[in-house]
Amino acid sequence: MPGEIVRAPRSGLPIAIEDVSLRSGRVTILESVSLVLAPGAPTVLIGPNGSGKSSLLRLATGLLSPTSGRVAWGGRATTGGDRSAIVFQRPVMLRRSVAANVAFALRREPKGRRHRADRIAALLDLVGLAALGARPARRLSGGEQQRLALARALARDPEILFLDEPTANLDPAANKAGEDIIAQVAAAGVKIVLATHDLGEARRLAGEVVFMLRGRVHESAPAKSFFAGPATQEAQAFLKGDLVI
Amino acid sequence: MINGMQNGVSALDLIIGGDPALYAIISLSLIVSVSATLLAAAIGLPLGALLALVKFPGRAVIVIVLNAFMGLPPVVVGLAMYLLLSRSGPLGFLGLLFTPQAMILAQAVRVMPIIAALTRQTVEDLWVEYRDEMTAMRVRPARRVAALLWDARFSLMTTLLAGFGRAAAEVGTVMIVGGNIDGFTRTMTTAIALETSKGDLPLATGLGIVLIALIIAVNAAAGAARRLGELHAG
Repeated sequence: MPGEIVRAPRSGLPIAIEDVSLRSGRVTILESVSLVLAPGAPTVLIGPNGSGKSSLLRLATGLLSPTSGRVAWGGRATTGGDRSAIVFQRPVMLRRSVAANVAFALRREPKGRRHRADRIAALLDLVGLAALGARPARRLSGGEQQRLALARALARDPEILFLDEPTANLDPAANKAGEDIIAQVAAAGVKIVLATHDLGEARRLAGEVVFMLRGRVHESAPAKSFFAGPATQEAQAFLKGDLVI
Repeated sequence: MINGMQNGVSALDLIIGGDPALYAIISLSLIVSVSATLLAAAIGLPLGALLALVKFPGRAVIVIVLNAFMGLPPVVVGLAMYLLLSRSGPLGFLGLLFTPQAMILAQAVRVMPIIAALTRQTVEDLWVEYRDEMTAMRVRPARRVAALLWDARFSLMTTLLAGFGRAAAEVGTVMIVGGNIDGFTRTMTTAIALETSKGDLPLATGLGIVLIALIIAVNAAAGAARRLGELHAG
């Protein structure tokens, strides 16, 4: 409209993690981590359990504050907040129906009830839960709950979606369904940042791989080159399936 | 033993016979207890939820006081309310002393700490579960309170029942601020106390039976509603 100023939503990308350390008491969780999460193909954090992947995700979402160092979202010191969403490894279902869980996550927009209902239906359809909208969310299976958590995260219309071991403990069919949705979301232009210790999943989804060990980023490379020949001995051992602690 | 059975039979006669005095007392008791519980809930539920979610200096002291106030002596509450509502008291101009409204207010004061303290604990437990998700969703504080109260509704129903039970069983508070005026502020508990002291045991027993039956009925109905709700909402 003439004379009207329309501001584009502020982007939270790139996320620049600069020399970040995270400590809890005497325990060092992350040590001098520097990383840039830029728009584009999915970034997959891999590494053994306890390597700091989940903590790094939480830092990147702004849920944790670093003990030292700096995290900047789109060049600012405040989170990209409204434009990011996270799916936890064990998502908590609100004590409501499946549809009400999605409705809760939807932004409050003055677009009316019909629009919200359509949006909820579309999201449930995307994650394959369209037929279960009225079911209590806590009665869903583990795989279904993960998919509902994904729908809830997408309801926020994120430009960055963080996923913490989204398919851990799922059977192969549920795993496949989850990965298909993630690939679809990534193809739609949402930046995916995913933590996993499942190498197969990393190979299938990653555009860029960040290998973590003992709270440090040991290697960061495009997925193809990483899987073709990792630069560090630790990453090579991890890819071979050796125990890397 | 035989006297007790005779009293029980006479009491049943009063109940079945639809004694108007008896039913007036029952209905006033219900109105006072339910209204006081609702009034206490209107303050206690959000207060308990806020105390569960918001950290501020002095919060621990408030929580201790609130927990301690669950055991407020009824006659002390009655006395405090009497002083507030009496003609020379700060709220004397309202002219509420010895009215059902005064009884409702006093009961609400008695019940509110119970509802607030139990709500705080329930909501705090649920918040531990929900914290990460709601923080990640950037849910605003007012919406958090509303959402947690809603999701804890089945547990909170038990809290409300505890409040209702306390209000329905109350004697001291309502006796002091209500005055136990026949046909106006006489409730089941004050009538039981009075009739027992007068030796009219059939009426006292009848009221006792009705009071217990009502509390059981309310709890049963709430329990059924809770089971149905849980079945539906998970």
